[in-house]
Amino acid sequence: MPTATFAGAEVTVDEEGFMTEFDQWTREIATHLAGQIGIDLDDKHWQVIDFVRGDYEEQGETPTLRRVSTIGGVPTKQLFQLFPKKPAKKMAYIAGVPKPHGCV
Amino acid sequence: MTSTQEAPVVVPDFGDDDEDRKICFIASKGTLDMVYPSLIMANAALGEGIETHIFFTFWGMDIINKETQEDLQFTWLGNTAMHPPGMKMHMPQGLAGLPGMTAMATKMFKKQIADMDVPDVAEFVQMIADAGGQLWGCKMSADMMDLKMDDLVDGIQGIISATEFIEMSEGAQVIFT
Repeated sequence: MPTATFAGAEVTVDEEGFMTEFDQWTREIATHLAGQIGIDLDDKHWQVIDFVRGDYEEQGETPTLRRVSTIGGVPTKQLFQLFPKKPAKKMAYIAGVPKPHGCV
Repeated sequence: MTSTQEAPVVVPDFGDDDEDRKICFIASKGTLDMVYPSLIMANAALGEGIETHIFFTFWGMDIINKETQEDLQFTWLGNTAMHPPGMKMHMPQGLAGLPGMTAMATKMFKKQIADMDVPDVAEFVQMIADAGGQLWGCKMSADMMDLKMDDLVDGIQGIISATEFIEMSEGAQVIFT
């Protein structure tokens, strides 16, 4: 596995650049990752990221967009505004979890 | 020190600059099982940042008709692929025609969909509209069924003719379901 240094911390990433170790993630890293894809994190983004990480920890898989909206309480419309175009993948990238595999 | 300068870090390509892909689904069926393919794929396409349209036509109008949307039915009559989950047997075709069988099959189908955490049809259509999906009713079908915009659920952008659909779908991948 390749490694990368984000915000001064060395982490392992996959070929696409997604982090592979849940425990290596920090909020500073998230801010750095978001910056790399042109997103400036505010409270609304953090609400989503905290939910994605918490849900991943509990369920063992990355929540889909629908799950973030129905369980996480952030409406679909807003998810597309916060993480434009590919919200599910972008939120997973920033939250340091794998891309979601669910179809819906 | 915050950021770093070491070896080039791979940043995933989220395709933010890709503007050329466009998908149009034609939803022509109103049986509950055949409604899901276009909804699921349209939703997935939107999640990938692709411009996505669904054109509802003929029986597919039932998906966006307020009167029928919550009442779509499933039957295995004419569907020889129907076998109960986990069982190596096909459901006898004759059984499907008995009174009450469509209601029972519909109930079971809805339960299976819900168990997979997939939304029901009304919620799904709303979710697609919220995600930026563009939803269209078919003019000829609307005329045949005497439907106006007021009869259709929220989120439908308009009732358009076949010609308008063909114009709109120029350059798109078109998928008939």
